[in-house]
Amino acid sequence: MRHFLDFERPIAELESKVEELRHLSNAGDLNIADEVARLETKADRLLRQTYAKLSPWQKVLVARHPERPHARDYIDALVTDWTPLAGDRCFGEDRAILGGLGRFRGRSVVVLGQEKGSDTESRVRHNFGMAKPEGYRKARRLMELADRFGLPVIAFVDTAGAYPGVEAEARGQAEAIARSIEACLRLKVPMVAAIIGEGGSGGAIAIAAANSVVMLEHAVYSVISPEGCSSILWRSAENAQEAAEALKLTAQDLLKLGVIDAVVPEPLGGAHRQRGEAIAALGDALERALQPLLGLDGAALKAHRRNKYLAMGSKGL
Amino acid sequence: MSWLTNFVLPKIRAVVTPKREVPDNLWDKCPKCEQMLFHRELEQNLFVCHNCGHHMRLDPARRLKILFDDGQYTKIELPKTVQDPLKFRDRKRYSERLKEAQAKSGPGSDALVVAHGRIGGHPAVAAVFDFSFMGGSMGIAVGEGLIAAARLAVLQEAPLIVVPASGGARMQEGILSLMQMPRSVLAVEEVKEAGLPYIVVLTDPTTGGVSASFAMLGDVTLAEPGAVIGFAGQRVIEETIREKLPEGFQRSEYLLEHGMVDMVVHRKELHETLARLIDLLRRPHPSAEVVPLPQPAA
Repeated sequence: MRHFLDFERPIAELESKVEELRHLSNAGDLNIADEVARLETKADRLLRQTYAKLSPWQKVLVARHPERPHARDYIDALVTDWTPLAGDRCFGEDRAILGGLGRFRGRSVVVLGQEKGSDTESRVRHNFGMAKPEGYRKARRLMELADRFGLPVIAFVDTAGAYPGVEAEARGQAEAIARSIEACLRLKVPMVAAIIGEGGSGGAIAIAAANSVVMLEHAVYSVISPEGCSSILWRSAENAQEAAEALKLTAQDLLKLGVIDAVVPEPLGGAHRQRGEAIAALGDALERALQPLLGLDGAALKAHRRNKYLAMGSKGL
Repeated sequence: MSWLTNFVLPKIRAVVTPKREVPDNLWDKCPKCEQMLFHRELEQNLFVCHNCGHHMRLDPARRLKILFDDGQYTKIELPKTVQDPLKFRDRKRYSERLKEAQAKSGPGSDALVVAHGRIGGHPAVAAVFDFSFMGGSMGIAVGEGLIAAARLAVLQEAPLIVVPASGGARMQEGILSLMQMPRSVLAVEEVKEAGLPYIVVLTDPTTGGVSASFAMLGDVTLAEPGAVIGFAGQRVIEETIREKLPEGFQRSEYLLEHGMVDMVVHRKELHETLARLIDLLRRPHPSAEVVPLPQPAA
């Protein structure tokens, strides 16, 4: 059973009708086959229309879609010899951020990925993709490892944000994020980041201060969730849609602002409809982002990152 | 100023406006213990409550006066930046909110003031936040100000002292405010690469994107007593864990206990502590007095 979002209900109805008729048409009725074809075209057109003009809020919902490919899926499909490495060597292992060694298109790389989990059990195991200081300290440790061995770093960003909890604060959530950003910026190896779902605030930038940042067409990246923004600025949880508009959190707006470097088109109806296709497209985009960086030496890579961030924000929309 | 404005006008005003029994600014109330405090005494006490020791928030001018030797410093003009890059609007336009804040603190101002002067005789650069300017939130102007402060410190071969008082990122600048996190980290990096000390004085409050970037990267990190310092807001945490937060949670003393700051320093001792730290770091080999070798016993 596919999970449909609220705004997809008309499409869902058409598609379920098609399913029903298909069952009947096994009996071999020609009229039904015609009707199925007609409805399929209609559903397809509706899907195309809907996804061609998703509102920022609808994109937030698509970005959080439970069937959307997660970091784990990208790693499984794009990275060979995947060798996960665990722990921050200070306190513990945080499964909200996957990290390890592997090969991307034949090259050894260090991979970081925020993983939300895909069922209740794995969601709990990965803490819904919300990392604690251990996660950011592990990320930093692995970035330093990459630096030592001259390996490019690839980061998959997908988090609602860093975990807001008592222990996380006690162990220095702010410091852990700050050091992780610093580690990104100090790297003498290429770093590319991909915003695959939700780029949630400080929790996201901690592993996204990269040479090149690519972003899926319907992913979102923001300083605060629309819900959080709504409750602070509108003093009500009701205005999340307006907040989503105002925050300019879509890939299209972020490209205009120069915050990301490329938008990766998603299959019709979002990455969750054609997962394989979406994953392959992102792999190609990562390769395109990585290629020009591979020829640069350490100092040039660092300078490239520095200049990129220092130049950011000199123009508005 | 002329004889007319200095002398005549006040005289006329005194006649025209009825005398008030108590001037507005004679007494202040401590926001923590609610004790009534005599304004002049409070000022002499650096805005620390005599009764309960609560450290009140300081505006940039008062803060800078405390930081530098003899209260002497020179403010620098900060670079002009894009205002309202997203044309942001919530219940009110961001451009209007900015105008209102600037009406209070001066045209073109934002939540950061940068100045240079001397601390313990050493040249020093300080960047201090203005919490009254939109909660001290960090947008492009603040990020740009921090970069300017860092470059001034490098130019003067002086340590950089940053005093945050901020709720975090300036939401109204959206993703561009988030990007000030790496930008401010790069500012700090320039100071560190030049081999200069970077000292942070955490004051109430230091939270969100500000705490999770430059504020937690000090070579030495001081905190004023009782300041709220942390990443996530307390209400968000309470809603997530559905429990009451422990006593003193996210306060300076709590961070000291958890190893996140070097010292909690009373405001009265702040200048002296900074002077000593800077001297220790910047003058590692003071011309020592010659200690005579012990003479062998005859």
